[in-house]
Amino acid sequence: MSTSTIDRLEGSRRAARTEASDRTISRAEGWRRRGPLLPALIFTIIVTQLPFVLTIWYSLHSRNLLRPESDLFVGFSNYLDIARDSTFRQTALNSVVITLGCVLVAMVLGIVLALLLDRPFFGRSVARTMLITPFLVMPVATSVLWSVALLNPTYGLFNWTLGLFGLEAVDWTSTYPVIAILMALVWQWTPFMMLLVLAGLQAQPKDVLEAASVDGAGTWLTFRLITLPHLRRYIELGVLLGIIYVVNTFDQIYLMTAGGPGTASANLPFYIYQRAFLGFDVGQAAAMGVVVVIATIIVASAALRLIFRSFEVKE
Amino acid sequence: MSVATPAVTPRATNRRFSSGFLTTVTWLLAIGFFFPVAWMAMTAFKQENQAASDPPTWFFAPTLDQFRAVLEGGSMVYVGNSVIATGVSTVLVLLLGVPAAYALSIRPVKKVSDVLFFFISTKMLPVVAVIVPIYVVAGQLKVLDNIWTLVVLYTAMNLPIAVWMMRSFFIEVPGEVLEAASIDGAGLMRTMRSVLLPMVAPGIAATALICVIFAWNEFFFALNLTASQAATVPVLIVSTMTSEGLFLARLCAAALLASLPVILAGWIAQKQLVRGLSMGAIK
Repeated sequence: MSTSTIDRLEGSRRAARTEASDRTISRAEGWRRRGPLLPALIFTIIVTQLPFVLTIWYSLHSRNLLRPESDLFVGFSNYLDIARDSTFRQTALNSVVITLGCVLVAMVLGIVLALLLDRPFFGRSVARTMLITPFLVMPVATSVLWSVALLNPTYGLFNWTLGLFGLEAVDWTSTYPVIAILMALVWQWTPFMMLLVLAGLQAQPKDVLEAASVDGAGTWLTFRLITLPHLRRYIELGVLLGIIYVVNTFDQIYLMTAGGPGTASANLPFYIYQRAFLGFDVGQAAAMGVVVVIATIIVASAALRLIFRSFEVKE
Repeated sequence: MSVATPAVTPRATNRRFSSGFLTTVTWLLAIGFFFPVAWMAMTAFKQENQAASDPPTWFFAPTLDQFRAVLEGGSMVYVGNSVIATGVSTVLVLLLGVPAAYALSIRPVKKVSDVLFFFISTKMLPVVAVIVPIYVVAGQLKVLDNIWTLVVLYTAMNLPIAVWMMRSFFIEVPGEVLEAASIDGAGLMRTMRSVLLPMVAPGIAATALICVIFAWNEFFFALNLTASQAATVPVLIVSTMTSEGLFLARLCAAALLASLPVILAGWIAQKQLVRGLSMGAIK
């Protein structure tokens, strides 16, 4: 439905801009139009699709990264191994916990911050600039900052702060590894959500808000009945884009906990990396990659529908 | 009137009070969120014994020793690699992406939405699912630890975002302007150069900014596909961390220097940031 709307929009634009309608575009004209698109399209297909085809191929083989000649067709046995692999299940669960935990907490904080920023006050642009900074810090630097400077058990700032309140020092990254990673991730992603929601708030039609206030609707009522429904599209977009980005989290896990202790805080990208580059098991890693892609396609198709809908509203 | 006056005054006071309260809360949160970055910057100006002290050192005589140590330790090779990977991939993205966006908006091909769908779907493919074949193929082609491998991968990584974003800018160009140019006898190239490109120049700049941010910060490919020759800045920070884990101040100096280009770019281009992050869906 949404795609056909885009087609229709395109159609009307096309009709308005060129005399030839869709049906009468000549073959030569068709290629002239396709010309500028092809380099990008072919490049993307080669670089992103071919490796994935190879991933499927490898997933049906037993292959060691250090001994490429040991290649052996094994059918679906890599997939059967995954089904039996309890670590895979645990890291899959961690992926879900880390992704959803980060996205939802960051979204709630982002909404609060966006609402606070959407009022005139002294130094607003400075406050906004400060608030978006965590998102701009290189993720590798973020991981260093959190694991070493803030959460370090002996000289980290967090434990010092806890100490001020008379609380015991905590070795965050080994006692609560998932929470430690979530703290760093939420800190990084809250500004992203805030920016999207703030853009939504600022796109609110002012006359509707004025009408509500003239009709005597209080702040809370206006927020619940007008602002929140208006923000829905922005919140959905933020959550889904957030999921797409956060599910691939690797840097923080690699640097803050190395997936540990054991595999307590490993997510799927980290576990697959371990299997491929530390276990040298190409077939297993590839099969896991295929499983992750299938799971991603399910989530992503929802995301795509939403992004298309966003465009439709805009135009 | 006489009824309204007393009712208005307490409410106004109340509103002023709650507005002041909200402003205070906002500032506290802003400072709270910014604080880790400030702490990183502070630590970078400390001596090592001040950086890893318990209790933390709040007042100290700032020193540039750590920055000097970071810049002297052969880090320029890494910076050079990052600049090549980021700069060349961004230029390639624009060279490929701008014509593609044109073909998806102004003189559109058939099935525009299918093509857009394809581009964005590649962004959703988890990179970890393709790292194994990329590593194996790069090994066979003898391009492991080669900066041009990263250039190609970063181009592919950013191209879908750029196509979507540029298209959202092209769509906004009023059709009348292009028609007027063509009626005035301007050819396609001429129209492109003197009418279209100036109008979408801010969009191109915004797109480039987003590509630069993602390429500069990228770590996963850099970690797995480079060793000594082609390693980029994020890899440098990680190797600093593992080899000299106790040198906290130096680590913070390296992390700060590495983050600074993107932080500054993002501060300057806050508006474009939203649009880029939502792939053009939100202005």
